Amino acid sequence: MKKEETHISSYTSHAIVLIVLLFLTAISVLVTGWHFGPFSVAVALIIASIKVRTVITHFMHMKFESLFMKLMVTGVFVLFALVIIITFIDYYLR
Amino acid sequence: MSNTETGTHVSYLQHKGKYKGILSWLLTTDHKKIGLLYLYCIIVFFFVAAILGVLMRIELIAPGETIMGPQTYNGMFTIHGIIMIFIIVIPALPAVFGNFFLPILIGAKDVAFPKLNLFSFYLFLIGAIFGVLSQFIGGGAPDTGWTFYVPYSAESSTNVIYALIAAFILGFSSILTGLNFIVTIHRMRAPGMGWFRMPLFPWSLYATAWIQVLATPIIGITLLMVIAERVLKIGFFDPALGGDPVLFQHLFWIYSHPAVYIMILPGMGIVTEIFPTFSQKPVFGYTAILLSSLAIAFVGYFVWGHHMFTAGISYGSRWFFSFLTFIVAVPSAIKVFNWVSTMYGGSIDLKPPLLYAISFIFLFMIGGFTGLTLGALAANVQVHDTAFVVAHFHYIIFGGMGFAFFAGMHYWYPKMFGRMYSNKLANIAWGILFTGFNVLYFPLFIIGLQGMPRRYFDYLPQFQTGHVISTVGAFILFTGLILMVYNFVYHIKRGAIAPANPWKGVTLEWQIPSPPSHENFDEIPVITTDPYIFGTSTENKQK
Amino acid sequence: MNMSIQENHNDHIDSETGKLGMWIFLFTELFLFGGLFLVYAVFRAKYSEDFHSAARELNAFIGTMNTVFLLVSSMTVAMAITAIQKNQKKLAMFLVSVTLLLAALFMMNKFFEWSHKFEFKLYPGSEVLKNLPRGELLFFGLYFMMTGLHALHVLIGMILLSINFIKIKAGKVNQAHYLLLENSGLYWHLVDLIWIFLFPLLYLIT
Repeated sequence: MKKEETHISSYTSHAIVLIVLLFLTAISVLVTGWHFGPFSVAVALIIASIKVRTVITHFMHMKFESLFMKLMVTGVFVLFALVIIITFIDYYLR
Repeated sequence: MSNTETGTHVSYLQHKGKYKGILSWLLTTDHKKIGLLYLYCIIVFFFVAAILGVLMRIELIAPGETIMGPQTYNGMFTIHGIIMIFIIVIPALPAVFGNFFLPILIGAKDVAFPKLNLFSFYLFLIGAIFGVLSQFIGGGAPDTGWTFYVPYSAESSTNVIYALIAAFILGFSSILTGLNFIVTIHRMRAPGMGWFRMPLFPWSLYATAWIQVLATPIIGITLLMVIAERVLKIGFFDPALGGDPVLFQHLFWIYSHPAVYIMILPGMGIVTEIFPTFSQKPVFGYTAILLSSLAIAFVGYFVWGHHMFTAGISYGSRWFFSFLTFIVAVPSAIKVFNWVSTMYGGSIDLKPPLLYAISFIFLFMIGGFTGLTLGALAANVQVHDTAFVVAHFHYIIFGGMGFAFFAGMHYWYPKMFGRMYSNKLANIAWGILFTGFNVLYFPLFIIGLQGMPRRYFDYLPQFQTGHVISTVGAFILFTGLILMVYNFVYHIKRGAIAPANPWKGVTLEWQIPSPPSHENFDEIPVITTDPYIFGTSTENKQK
Repeated sequence: MNMSIQENHNDHIDSETGKLGMWIFLFTELFLFGGLFLVYAVFRAKYSEDFHSAARELNAFIGTMNTVFLLVSSMTVAMAITAIQKNQKKLAMFLVSVTLLLAALFMMNKFFEWSHKFEFKLYPGSEVLKNLPRGELLFFGLYFMMTGLHALHVLIGMILLSINFIKIKAGKVNQAHYLLLENSGLYWHLVDLIWIFLFPLLYLIT
């Protein structure tokens, strides 16, 4: 196994990612004031997903990992989504 | 086979490591020794659970109380289930044969994380001890069945918590083994062994390992929730507190159905190794077998609801789960066709491993077809929770995974211990086992269809004939088991010295001495061809 | 050929292998919490009104503060890896200790939050809780279970980071071998990821 090229992320890039994350947090706190009704969960979850994706790509260096790792991580989230959806086939149609 | 001269060869059993005596076993990080540690534990627990099984059969020989009361009987089937499922069937194939042969089959010296491997063994041991403890202390043996269904498991005054903790720890051990295997397969394959040159047993372990990693945590958290329910009265599953008992069944089966594939997939992998060797013919449809393993693992993740058809889930989801259940049958059938086609036209050598492998197909098919009966919505209502179900899953788990385990034992015994067992004795033991198995479980299909419920210690007189036949079968089966184990134990020291390649196999484990050296390979092999190529040039192919 | 043996089997687990193992472990952690998220989803769908009113009991300000703590700590631990890669030992130690400090602040907040609930007898099994509407009762059950399990993970993460601090100081985690720090970092990010989902689901649904 060859020694893979290691990518060193700069301090500034980490700082920028943090600012983006804090900004997204601010948005998600602020939008709770407006009432989306049934969509409020969706909005909260979409923002959370964007944040999670940001953390994984940048802080967890997924950007620099192999395609296999990327597929694997995506696959796990998709699998979990499928489990929830399939469970809800039961709960929504009861 | 460059190093068969016994003078220089030191087997892993004689290897001088850092520690001496018993510690050289208890603190070993050698994947082969860890595999054997698992094997010895599993055999001991297997006999404990098997004896419980026989006692239950004796109880059922006549209606009414025969040798035990209902509460004892409830404890017995619960502990029988917990030990068999969590301590034996789920870990047996990956932890024993996976540990021992996965690194060898892919040409590696050990698994990726040897210390983690030892750690998972100790987790296994601790979990097993908790399981046994739950029998003896405090409020008596748990009586919920291995499924821990709420609300009863939240109320029963017996030692349910110990059993829950046991299952939780054993699950953790299983996760770590799976993790280790995935990384091993990804990172440790010998040079030249591309993904599609990997033998099929490692492939089946790979599919299994993913299920172990991705399904087991769900049962972990579910068991924790039941513990929280008992201790803190949180009420997730208690209707009186707003909870939903059916939700428990969802969570439980999200793990426990894929767990069935954790059991059977490595078994399929083992027989896939055996058929080509004893037919001296390449495996038929390598890619099809491999893809069907992955397909079973994937689709098998989404069929959990077929355990809940009568629990009041929605019609839409019953339809969905039933449909997917039928889909899973397709890749399983593909495998059966491939095994049979592998034998077709081969020069078949009917040695004990092949006998067990063929009976695996036979029993697995009976189990599989009755599985379709259970997977069909209308038929399920008729046979749900009857002895039919008991017969079905014993055919799959014992007839499938159990016989695959025996097949693997007979196939790899010479490699593991460096001795040959008696073929004649093995054939006789097989005959007794196979007869006993069918006499024991087949009548249960019939009385199940007639309406005999499962988990009852008493029954109406009309079911007695079936029960008597079944109990007789239990004794025949147990005799066969003892004979088989005797054959192994007796020959471990006294058997003829095994050659490196007694069955003329071509996968990597047969290219090294029996038993292997501590580091498996003196020189890591370079793979230049596909696996399972038989022919005159067996010698120079893999080197 | 001999080279490949050497590289395959030295005592140090090579960093790609270690990281792959860690990622797979993180998946199991995700599914561990996943089970709770599934329970949350089911009860949320069934009792959405009760969940809304129960969530009002939680202090969104403390929740937001904790989110900020964890996000910043996530950045500092990522920066610590950069520092160790650049062989800036002092800076790496500083960044790890900042991470630890932020984690401690998080736990402190959590402690006050929980004890506040306990003061009002809002703990699992209490009489007050039993008299609440069923959905609210379940909400608090989930709240304690989810944040409790999460807090346990924060504690484990803190232990891991402390070990890293000692090892960086001793020079055992260094520019050449920093797999331990990388994996602890991944673990710490996971703790953050879980919280990113927990925060809106528990605090922001009023």
